[in-house]
Amino acid sequence: MSVTSETGTGPTLSEKPHRSFYERHEAAILGGVALVVALTAWQAFWSAGKISPLFFTGPSQVAYRFVEEWTKGRLKQDMIYSGTNFVIGVGLAIAVGVVLGVIIGWYRRVAMIVNPFVTALYSTPRVALVPLVLIWFGLGMQSKVFIVFINAVFPVLINTIGGVRAIDHDLLRAARAYCASDWRIFTTVVIPGAVPFILTGVRQAVALGLIGVVVGEMFGGSEGIGYMVNYGGQTFQTDTVFLGVTIIALSGIILTWLAERLEKRFSRWRPER
Amino acid sequence: MHKLEIDRLTKQYFVERDGRQVLALSDVSLSVADGEFMAIVGPSGCGKTTLLNIVAGLLRYDGGSVIIDGAKVEGPGVDRAVVFQQSSLLPWRTVSGNVRFGMEMQRRFDRAAMETRTDHFTRLVGLSGFERHYPSELSGGMQQRVNLARALAADPVVMLMDEPFAALDAQTREYMQAELLKIWSEARKTVLFITHQINEAVFLADRVAVMSARPGRVKGIIDIPFERPRTLRLKRDTRFLEVEETIWQMVEEAPDRIGMSARDRAQAVSR
Repeated sequence: MSVTSETGTGPTLSEKPHRSFYERHEAAILGGVALVVALTAWQAFWSAGKISPLFFTGPSQVAYRFVEEWTKGRLKQDMIYSGTNFVIGVGLAIAVGVVLGVIIGWYRRVAMIVNPFVTALYSTPRVALVPLVLIWFGLGMQSKVFIVFINAVFPVLINTIGGVRAIDHDLLRAARAYCASDWRIFTTVVIPGAVPFILTGVRQAVALGLIGVVVGEMFGGSEGIGYMVNYGGQTFQTDTVFLGVTIIALSGIILTWLAERLEKRFSRWRPER
Repeated sequence: MHKLEIDRLTKQYFVERDGRQVLALSDVSLSVADGEFMAIVGPSGCGKTTLLNIVAGLLRYDGGSVIIDGAKVEGPGVDRAVVFQQSSLLPWRTVSGNVRFGMEMQRRFDRAAMETRTDHFTRLVGLSGFERHYPSELSGGMQQRVNLARALAADPVVMLMDEPFAALDAQTREYMQAELLKIWSEARKTVLFITHQINEAVFLADRVAVMSARPGRVKGIIDIPFERPRTLRLKRDTRFLEVEETIWQMVEEAPDRIGMSARDRAQAVSR
């Protein structure tokens, strides 16, 4: 049996000609150079004494604060505290969001029943709920985790619902024709098909969960990076504020990058766009 | 012995828009012998896909009966496998994963048997070397080979094929027809093949059932006399063209060739 005789049926593998190192890393190089130039200029202004330490700070001062806080202060504990709240909150959000999302996406009646509640909660700015959460859970870790959770759960939920609804009906028909039970259809067609959507939700949940961590700590309590930023602001330690913001920004960049990698890894089967 | 017996099958549709009942299939009777290749042709709207869906167990019917290997059809079963039109492959599974899919759902074979059968049928349809490719990396013709292997691997009593080559370009379709005959001659399955292309049906089948539209019914069944193995050259044989012409005439005789009854057409004109 020959397959080679069939015209135009070979796999479409586009062999790109070899590109130079610069061409392959153009985005990283341009972005990196711009960052270095900006930091250098900033540092130059700071070193020249043109910036008042009350309102602003310089890169070297942020680095100095970091070393100081890390060795003598409680930066480590703060980072662990915030990180733990983040991981638990986002983890819960993913678990709850995926399970509820699959149920709501699959059963239309359930969707009709819960829709008003989901829409109401989804369109309320979550920050408005923070005082309520503090009343319910107090100032401790529970309330922080819950704030992360309500921030992160919606993107996962909404994307999962979308992913389940976007399932190709031909696939369901094929599965049914091969006698698949409902449960097997769930596990082999519906959920794998929704994975790219779920991961898009996870990426957004990571970003929103980070906001949740900071917001939660600003509203009360005495631990975490959000608290550090808030406290620094109230006591005019501008460099501490900058240090906190830098840590949050870097965490955001790293986590989003990881989530994007995960997303790409699981959408390998999608046709290239 | 007949592997598939369709007896006075009736199916009604309810048109929600104007609350009318439409007779999609009326008294359809058809018997397919063991190892026979039966094709069904007819204009679009003649209910041939409805018929296939009923035999596959995906649709309920209102009257008559469908019997496979002596057992009445009451839903999908392991005695049937369907080769669908394109896009019924799981895009996140590789070729091997898709070939295995039907067996996995049916849970008839143990793991080792599934592995062996996956390899065997992947090879049989000529996809050795492509086991780890995803459907999006394959051409339409190759995707249909996967579809075919998936159905064959499930070891059905009757294979149901729903216009499997309709979405392919003309040249690929011809190749696939010839390939299908080669594969079929090795697998020796009873086949019910739906198509709207008359020459496809004549080329592939032992017998061709011609259906008419609204209501869908079998107008006649024609024996295809050509020897096997058949090659694509047969399509240019005068005897082939004669058979094709006979079937064309049968299809054309009906006033509802373009999927309208005389009454519908009159209404359309008066509007």
